[in-house]
Parts: sequence; C-alpha cells; structure tokens
Amino acid sequence: MWNSPSEFFAMGGYALYVWSSFGACALVLLLEPIVIRIRNNAVIRRLKQQLIAERFDKESSQ
Amino acid sequence: MSKVNNISTADSRWINWFKWSSPSTFYPVAGKLIPIFWALTAIFGIAGLWVSFFVAPVDAVQGQGYRIIFVHVPASWMSMLIYLVMAGWAGLGLIFNTRLSAMMAQALAPIGAWMAFLSLWTGAFWGKPMWGTWWVWDARLTSELILLFLYLGFIALQASIDNPRRADKAGAILALVGVVNVPIIYFSVKWWNTLHQGASVSLTKAPAMAQTMLWGMLLMTLCFWMYSIAVSLMRVRTLILERETHTDWVRQLNEVNH
Repeated sequence: MWNSPSEFFAMGGYALYVWSSFGACALVLLLEPIVIRIRNNAVIRRLKQQLIAERFDKESSQ
Repeated sequence: MSKVNNISTADSRWINWFKWSSPSTFYPVAGKLIPIFWALTAIFGIAGLWVSFFVAPVDAVQGQGYRIIFVHVPASWMSMLIYLVMAGWAGLGLIFNTRLSAMMAQALAPIGAWMAFLSLWTGAFWGKPMWGTWWVWDARLTSELILLFLYLGFIALQASIDNPRRADKAGAILALVGVVNVPIIYFSVKWWNTLHQGASVSLTKAPAMAQTMLWGMLLMTLCFWMYSIAVSLMRVRTLILERETHTDWVRQLNEVNH
C-alpha cells in the first residue's frame, strides 16, 4: 500500500491532521499512567514516613 | 436438608459479593488484574494500528485523512461508555453506601475526561481538512463538549468538598443527572441536521473495504477499552491508599513496610 516510508509519513497530504490526532492520543495515553504512578509513589512515601514517625514516638516515650 | 443447604449457599454467595466490595480485598485483586489488562491493551493496540495503517485501504472520498477515524471513534465511544459506567458505580455507591463504588466512580472520571478531550481534539483535526473548520456549534460536537464539562464538573465538585463521603454523594447526583446527555450525544446525528456524518464512513463503501476498516475500528476500540480498565484500576488503587490511610490493613501492606 505504501511504496516508501516518506509516502507513509506524508499520509497523502494529510500528515498534519493524521499525526496530530494519533500523536495527541499517544501523548495523553502515555502520560496518564505516569501521573498516576507519581501520585501512587507519593502516597506510599507519606505512609512510610507516618509509620516511622509513630515508631519513633513509641520508642521515645518508653 | 436440601432447604438448609440452599440457604447456606445463597448465604455464602451474598457474603462473597460484599467481600469484593471491601477496599482491603479489592486492592490486591486489582493489583493482579492490572498487568493482564496492560497485556491486552498492547495486543489490541499493535493489531489495531497495523490494520489502521497497513491493511485498511485508502478512502475514496477522504484519501488518507480518514485514518483519523481509528482513534476518533474509539475515543468517542469510550468517553460515552466510561460515563455510563462511572454513573453506574456512583449510583451503586449512593444506594448501598459502599466506599469502593464511589472510589471506582472517582477513578473513572479522569480517564473519561481525557477520552472526551481526545474525541474533540481528533474531531477538530479531522474537521479542519474535511469540513474546512476546526469547530462548529453542531449538535454532536456541542453535546460531546458538554460531556467533557460534566466530567470536569464531577472532578471539581468532588475536589471542592472536604468530607469524602459527602463529596461522593454530591458527585453521584451530578453524575446521574448528567446521564441524560449520553443518549443526546448518541442520537444527535439523527435528531438534528448536523455537519457531523451519520453512521460510519466505512458502511457506504464496498463490503470488502468496509470489513477491514471496521476491524481496525473495533481493534482500536478494544485497545482503548482495555487501556481504560488498566488505568482506572491503577487509579482506584491509589485512591484506596489515599482514603484508607488510617486503616490497619493499609499500614500492614508490603509496599508500605519495605
């Protein structure tokens, strides 16, 4: 169907429209799990700090 | 004797049902399901992109520009489907007062909003070369924009109420009222004269051509679907941790203690 890679990327003159659409989808779909991962790591870090603080409290009160 | 048995089986099923609605049992299950849905996303994504770009033939009217359909239609379908699922979970949370249902609704809203955004974005990049304009105040486009605003309103409303249970309730009512918009989007091309084409471009072509275009669309839709499940499970796990911080089971989790 495509005779050369450049023909593929040109998309019959619709390169801007086709690649902007697929590019935006790829970008959003890639960023979303990364953002969730960062948020997840932040909660776990906060929980760990809380546990350490509580353990420290217990030890120092004894 | 058999009567007693019946009661006990019915009883255990009833208990199981509620067991899964508890965040502490759902959290590890969701963790195991996520890799499966990522694998399915990859499989359908690779197959879908291959069909979209290398199998589906060029369109007689729109040339290569029609290939935007392979992301536009899945994003639009998912934006509507996710809204219905989100409203369903929100409604269940409202009726049974289960925390997990409300968290599911909350986890679905961001990915639904992104799907609505992508539907509008890819629609604009399709409309510009084919209709000569990025945007028109057409029934289909306007109702899809309202769907995006409903998602954003749901997220903003929940974020603005400090008490999580009250936030869940307010969000659920907004989500349920907004359901009326989904059939409006779906039937907008029938009910009003719009610039947006009716069904799908592929259906007017020769059957062999329609077949591969339809396959590309279906595979990409399955990819987006599996992706949405994977991402919302990831998000619901984060929400569970955030909202159940005070509980013992969260404090005893491996990821917190190591």
